[in-house]
Amino acid sequence: MKFKALMLGAAASFAFAPAAFAERGSSGHVNVIYWQAPSILNPYLSGGTKDLEASSVVIEPLGRYDETGALVPYLATEIPTVANGGVAADLKSITWKLKPGLLWSDGTPLTAADVVFTAEYCMHPEGGCAQSAKFEGVDKVEAIDDLTVKVSFKDAKPNPYGPFMGAQAPVIQKAQFAECLGAKAPECTAANFGPIGTGPFRVTEFRPNDVISYEANPNFRDPAKPAFATMTLKGGGDAAAAGRSVLETGEFDLAWNLQLAPDVLANMAKGGKGEARSGFGSLVERIMVNAYNADPSLPEGERSTAKHPHPFLSDVNVRKALSLAIDRPLLVEIGYGQAGRPTCDLVPAPAIYVSGRTECQTQDMAAANKLLDDAGYVRGADGVRAKGDLRLKMVFQTSTNAVRQDFQALIKQWWEELGFEVELRNVSASVFFGGDPGSPDTFQKFYADVQMYANNFDGTDPEAYMAGQTCDKIPRPESQWQGENIARICIPEYDALVAELGKTGDLAARAEIVKQLNNMITNDSHMIIPLVDRGRVTGVASTLGGFILNTWDAELWNVADWYRIK
Amino acid sequence: MLTFIIRRLFLAIPTLLVISLIIFLLLELAPGDPMAQVPLTVPPEVKEKMRLALGLGEPLHIRYVKWVWQFFVVEPSVMIDYLTSQSRLFGWLPDTSLYNGQLRVLSWQTRSPVMDIVVQRLPQTMWVVGMGYLFGVMIALPIGIYSAYRQYSVFDQVGTFVSMVGFSVPTFFTGVLLIVIFSVELGWFPSIYDTTLVVNSWDSFLMQVRQMVMPVTVLALFNAAQISRFMRSSMLDNLGQDYVRTARSKGLSERSVVLSHVLRNSMIPVVTVIALGVPQVFGGAIITEQVFKVNGLGQLLIGAIEANDLPMVQTLTFIFALLIVVFNLIADVLYGIIDPRIRYD
Amino acid sequence: MTDAVASAPSRSQWRDIWDQFKTHRGALVGAVVFLTIVATVFLGPLFWTIDPTFVNIRARNQPPSLQYPFGTDQLGRDMLARMMAGGRVSISVGLTAMSLAITLGSTMGLLAGYFRRLDWPLMRLTEVFQSLPLLPLLLVMVTLFREPLSGALGPERGTFILIVGAIGVTSWMATARIVRGSVLALKEREFVLAARSIGTDDFKMILRHILPNVVSPIMVSATLGIAAAIITESALSFLGLGFPPDFPTWGRLLFDAVDYMQQYPARVIWPGVAISLTVLSVNYLGDGLRDALDPRIRGR
Repeated sequence: MKFKALMLGAAASFAFAPAAFAERGSSGHVNVIYWQAPSILNPYLSGGTKDLEASSVVIEPLGRYDETGALVPYLATEIPTVANGGVAADLKSITWKLKPGLLWSDGTPLTAADVVFTAEYCMHPEGGCAQSAKFEGVDKVEAIDDLTVKVSFKDAKPNPYGPFMGAQAPVIQKAQFAECLGAKAPECTAANFGPIGTGPFRVTEFRPNDVISYEANPNFRDPAKPAFATMTLKGGGDAAAAGRSVLETGEFDLAWNLQLAPDVLANMAKGGKGEARSGFGSLVERIMVNAYNADPSLPEGERSTAKHPHPFLSDVNVRKALSLAIDRPLLVEIGYGQAGRPTCDLVPAPAIYVSGRTECQTQDMAAANKLLDDAGYVRGADGVRAKGDLRLKMVFQTSTNAVRQDFQALIKQWWEELGFEVELRNVSASVFFGGDPGSPDTFQKFYADVQMYANNFDGTDPEAYMAGQTCDKIPRPESQWQGENIARICIPEYDALVAELGKTGDLAARAEIVKQLNNMITNDSHMIIPLVDRGRVTGVASTLGGFILNTWDAELWNVADWYRIK
Repeated sequence: MLTFIIRRLFLAIPTLLVISLIIFLLLELAPGDPMAQVPLTVPPEVKEKMRLALGLGEPLHIRYVKWVWQFFVVEPSVMIDYLTSQSRLFGWLPDTSLYNGQLRVLSWQTRSPVMDIVVQRLPQTMWVVGMGYLFGVMIALPIGIYSAYRQYSVFDQVGTFVSMVGFSVPTFFTGVLLIVIFSVELGWFPSIYDTTLVVNSWDSFLMQVRQMVMPVTVLALFNAAQISRFMRSSMLDNLGQDYVRTARSKGLSERSVVLSHVLRNSMIPVVTVIALGVPQVFGGAIITEQVFKVNGLGQLLIGAIEANDLPMVQTLTFIFALLIVVFNLIADVLYGIIDPRIRYD
Repeated sequence: MTDAVASAPSRSQWRDIWDQFKTHRGALVGAVVFLTIVATVFLGPLFWTIDPTFVNIRARNQPPSLQYPFGTDQLGRDMLARMMAGGRVSISVGLTAMSLAITLGSTMGLLAGYFRRLDWPLMRLTEVFQSLPLLPLLLVMVTLFREPLSGALGPERGTFILIVGAIGVTSWMATARIVRGSVLALKEREFVLAARSIGTDDFKMILRHILPNVVSPIMVSATLGIAAAIITESALSFLGLGFPPDFPTWGRLLFDAVDYMQQYPARVIWPGVAISLTVLSVNYLGDGLRDALDPRIRGR
């Protein structure tokens, strides 16, 4: 409750803040802390969130997503749509118009050639560009004139806002990166550590994996902004220390992504130096149920593959029982507090795509037990259910993380009450989420019966996300265990519906399809058991004004509007 | 002795090559993937391309030979060029240009030369971890000597108690405890270390001291605990020896008996402990650096391990191995100086 | 060992050692405290039968009370039961890993210091081990051996052997160097030369003359080793390389509690005190043993 009061207070102070801070650099210095330290300032060479964030104050895309997920123009004059003629009626091209008179921080003008070069840089086959998914399906990018860029796609693209939209695809300067194409990209250390940009700040010193110093960009398009003359972005440590430095000691003004237990966070907020704010995006903590058998006694190369369907988890009733036994509101209360909401959906946002089914949110042990009884699984003397020789024994794995380990303990207890035998395992995140085909512990290999982690989708369109759950995306030895369909879902109707989504342009119809897809794999078949819709928590000092928490773009997306509350 | 040192140095070369190969193979064998920190929203095909761009598609032996070449030939040439052209110490030498633009050891996380980052990290590591070690040794030796000399006195009991508690309580706990007391409650010291601080005035020097107090205390306590235990036990061993009785009966002052005779003989195991601890200074203090956000070499290594930045991990651990070999040699030489009876041949 | 020889009629060497040990008050207190801790964690669960992993969500974050003498944690698990379960693991890991490291280290050090021919290869081997990066080494060990070991021995015992092995194999080097250094000096001492001149063979020489004189640095390494092993284990658990997550150990309990230090200080105090007390008592015990084993001090 206190949390809510604080948030209201923040909103109030924001509303009444004076608008008379109209001078660049008048607010002095701002300190930001990220407990993961940025390694590089070129988002095309690193997919890491920390690196995107740190570069987002320097280099900008044509348009960004705002806190509601709506598209706002940044370097472009407006967001092209079919209605305003920016997007072709056949959905095969999009034409962006740049704002006139924009300058890079070195004083040279930004032109369409820079935008075209950015696409060339990322689409170079030898560059290993981390954001090439953003440019997927792009046929060519051409400059119509100095201020107009046309992106043509190979096929109709219902969502044409991949290239140059959002923190992942900012525009880089052609003059600076011209020599850095393809295999040469990593050798341009100076450019990768200090890109010239159009954003409100420019880099004065970059110490990789440690700290970045910025100063206001003298050529920024709004002469009154940014209000801060200099900015420091410190990296490293852990979430608790970052939270403490903003909320308790007041050394820093903003702390990113405070993944802390709710009572720890609430206690820090008592320090009175700042507050914790949360916002929700599409991140969902979920349990994946393995459709295949991962028994260690199976020969290597056959575990978790289509050769061996799971002996009992392939039964929908067993999966449903697992889901029914979980008390989601309690999980939220213990692990996330205000930064989480119980959910039954894989797609928790934006609102038009949300199926909104809530029947999973009430724990129902009786119904779960009945399902298992009816399915013929009888409790043995030790309380573990079995059908003939088949005991309900599972390995439950996740990555190493305090909240996840608490969740594991709780869920294990519920499932054991239900008559399962559960063995827990946690794997270091760098192994679990790494795709090393030689390691048995990656989440793609899924050498366990159930596993828990969180995932989200990029931007506001879930098409690619839903398309990741089709039959051909199942990780298997032939694909070097690569693939997004971790739960190994293979429903022909689902695949057909995904194909239909790719051809549908109308937003309402797309939303309807996404809801159906969502329910097919979650609420109806329980192959994916969503648990918590996870928000992002940011610690904000009470003297920092203008910050708006945005989960659809970089956290520092509106850094130009920040100011010091006196 | 000189021939001993020279021979050992020569023999160190094959040892180091073997060590580098073992480290390389170990890192290859270890599970983990440089793409682990890339968000799950990036599709697997893109990740595969990024892997290839890092050079992971090349066979093992080629990558190893490349690294050896880069580390032993390219990096030293860059360093010599720097020394002769820009450094104050050797700047008077004619400028060399040995480096001809060959690829240096590049980190996968930052895509920049590993050695540049190492050089960048040295100051804060030396300041904090080095001082922590220095203070630790400076506290430990007198405490160890005096508690042995007055065995079971109050001083000895308190010293033992404090040092064992200091050793047995992990730094992730003492560090946070100090922060809660001195930063949060009292507000005396900053909880986050500022690596960009330039000491050029009295105020900035005071600032530097303030931000160093807590991490140095934590490290000094931990180091002092360990070294004082060894010092004390070694002194005790020697205090009971016959030569001490002889020296006393000769009428030597108690001071000279303890400080010149006993101390000198007690230093052998302690010298080993102290010498072996020095490479660990360069290895950084992983947990303490993390707690106080010092971002020195320890944080660099753990970050690289988490991100599976193999060139970085390989280079850092190899530098560490180099120091270990060198300091083992130094310890061996010191034995001979302290105890002339130990011979080299 | 003491009771068996105490009844012997003649004043045996062991009797002397026991007499000397008895006079060392710190050692006696240390022994009593250590045995009490061991008894509590190993026998305690017979009397305090709450399951340390039982989650009672309605009794979260309880302060100490009659029902929960040590309070409960953030999931409502009984802290006393967790402390006992954690102590079992931590003490076993500490003692076993320490013994392994000390045995390996002393053997290596003795051999290298005493036999000139072995010195070079053994010390280079030590350097190789010293310079191996610990974390990747552990990752490799865990990946290679976890499944076969837990398949053969069950997840808990398999992990136990793996962790003890990993800690032991990566922490013997300092002991080896220290012991070697002492042996090098001892070898040149008069009594060793004297023993050699009367034709004592190498094996006897090491056992009778060298080893007793390097006991004290070994003892110090051993006491410090227990603490180090307990703490290393907590770091491993934290990195996901240790015991399964629902398996408490003192190091892990302490680590988990650090975030809650300000709200629930008791939760860091219990495991912190337990670790310190164990290490302190072992240290005093070691001091007493060392004095008792040293014939020169015994005479005083």
